[in-house]
Amino acid sequence: MKKTYKIEVDCANCALKMEEATKKVEGVLDAVVSFMTQKMKVEFVEGSDEKTVMEQVVKACKKVESDCEIYL
Amino acid sequence: MTKKQKKVLYRIILSTVLLVAVQFIPVEGWIKLLLNLIPYAMIGYDILRKAVLGIVHGEVFDENFLMAVATVGAILLGEYTEGVAVMLFYQIGELFQSVAVGRSRRNISALMDIRPDYANTMDAEGNLEQVDPDDVEIGTIIVVQPGEKVPIDGVVVEGSSTLNTSALTGESMPREVSVGADIISGCVNLTGLLKIRTTKEFGESTVSKILDLVENSSMKKSRTENFITRFAKYYTPAVCGSALAVAVLPPLVSLLLGEPAVWGTWIIRALTFLVISCPCALVISIPLSFFGGIGAASASGILVKGSNYLEALSETKYVVFDKTGTLTKGVFQVTEVHPSEGYPISAAGNRTEALQKEDLLTYAAYAESYSSHPISKSLREACGKPIDHNRVSDVEEISGHGVKAVIDGVTVAAGNGKLMRSMGIICEENTGVGTVVHVAIDGTYAGYILISDVEKEQSKDAIAALKASGVKRTVMLTGDNRAAADHVATRLGLDEVHSELLPADKVAQVEELLQRKGSKEKLAFVGDGINDAPVLSRADIGVAMGALGSDAAIEAADVVLMDDNPMKLALAMRISRKCLRIVYENIVFAIGVKLICLILGAFGIANMWMAIFADVGVMVLAVLNAVRCLKVKN
Repeated sequence: MKKTYKIEVDCANCALKMEEATKKVEGVLDAVVSFMTQKMKVEFVEGSDEKTVMEQVVKACKKVESDCEIYL
Repeated sequence: MTKKQKKVLYRIILSTVLLVAVQFIPVEGWIKLLLNLIPYAMIGYDILRKAVLGIVHGEVFDENFLMAVATVGAILLGEYTEGVAVMLFYQIGELFQSVAVGRSRRNISALMDIRPDYANTMDAEGNLEQVDPDDVEIGTIIVVQPGEKVPIDGVVVEGSSTLNTSALTGESMPREVSVGADIISGCVNLTGLLKIRTTKEFGESTVSKILDLVENSSMKKSRTENFITRFAKYYTPAVCGSALAVAVLPPLVSLLLGEPAVWGTWIIRALTFLVISCPCALVISIPLSFFGGIGAASASGILVKGSNYLEALSETKYVVFDKTGTLTKGVFQVTEVHPSEGYPISAAGNRTEALQKEDLLTYAAYAESYSSHPISKSLREACGKPIDHNRVSDVEEISGHGVKAVIDGVTVAAGNGKLMRSMGIICEENTGVGTVVHVAIDGTYAGYILISDVEKEQSKDAIAALKASGVKRTVMLTGDNRAAADHVATRLGLDEVHSELLPADKVAQVEELLQRKGSKEKLAFVGDGINDAPVLSRADIGVAMGALGSDAAIEAADVVLMDDNPMKLALAMRISRKCLRIVYENIVFAIGVKLICLILGAFGIANMWMAIFADVGVMVLAVLNAVRCLKVKN
């Protein structure tokens, strides 16, 4: 399953770091963060709960870039 | 500017004023330090906070950390002004980047501003009401007034008007619609009031699909973007490592050689390294260039589904075309009618040539009147009169040959040369190029009708333009017969033709070409997207043409030309080349300047000020260069 989220991030390098961090979260198969469109596309592992995974994603992203915002 | 950006701007102005003011206060020592710390704290407090948070979270090598270490280091070494200035310029650079990127994002969005905001529905009394297009159910009657966008795909039930499709196709040629016509969302109604029965939900309508596609296009990253991501990952730690080496090694070597170690000088040089090291210029300008290129393309009615395809487009050396519907209009028309010299004298007596032609068409159209084949359709169209089925009887279809039927009491045979030969009739062999329908009346040869596909006006120029832009080989694949294919190919100036192909043969031909080309060369297949999905997906880049309103084609292809003008392919390649050239310029420029400054910094030639240029200046120039991608020459 794939879902797209609106995000807010200030610098391009931070977007890359968010992408890396999201990919490492359990339950995430793949993730792409687009700085240009301020969007994040997450592909979930089959059978994982989207809500709990996204909570972890937000945590992981806040860790690498404290100023970012992900709108769930 | 957003609120956030304005706040940064005020901080920049205020701290600049303070920094200048501090220069004129004649104090020395720790009072000077304290005075300098006021503008420093004002401009840099958020960076310092983020740097500390980064370390707490185990993310050491980010640019906040680099800036914090460099400026704190400079201040500790007594270079107060430099320390504050580095932070100040860094913030100016960040602000500029954020404004420039925000602006170009808005520009690009404006280019693609086809999203309708509302739909007009009618209540019981016939009053118009504006509703969210998302809430309109299938089958609802919506009203589109002149000047409004068509919000949802549908069928016209009342009124007639002209539509401007330029937002979708980039072409300003208006399109006429009247009752019964299919209408697609995203067009602008120009003249008359239209009532439309919706056939799709908003989310499934053309305009939503296109917006979706364009917005997601930056999600598919190009090879160059991935390279920059990997590069940035190693680059920052590598520079930090070198900075440490510059700070520690030379003084240690001096100590070992028994000379005094000049720690201060080398630490300053190391700090210069840190300022230079931010990979921002690259990381921001490359995706911005691709985004601009994709935006410019969509403004011209070319949808590119990802940066990777834009990149591949610039490397295209082989272009394979489907014939029908791509280079030709795909509409079969009767182009010639030739009554034979020995035209049989019918019940109507001896007819003039014009009447013979009319008879010939009528007979052929009636004989084929039960067939749904495109050929019979074009015969009926050329005949121009409605078919009276009572005049036709005893229709016998002979597969692969043609038809025999009794029309007004005479036996008419219409079909190809094989049919004539099987009946023992000698027919004209020397016909033009196209599909030939021979007609025999009561066993006597009456003449033939030539039906052919018409070339698009722009095809020839398009092939020439592709050649001029560096395409090595243009190939045409078609299921059509050899004579027709060769004829079109020579007229258009194609290098290679393969005719009489079945759909599976087309895939095989493309695979053979893929084998033949070099590894760096890309092959694009251009089709109308209707029945060539396997070939579209097999080629490096699948281009669907004339896709306006065809969901299947938008789905299957990598690049979608919204109208059916083959010149758009040449334009797309030009946009992609320009975009990639800018990308490479930025890579070489940014990495080059940074490397030079690093080397100069290591030898103490480049000071902190030069380092600021290498960081902020390069980024500003790279962003400005990237914005050029938005401009397209037509």
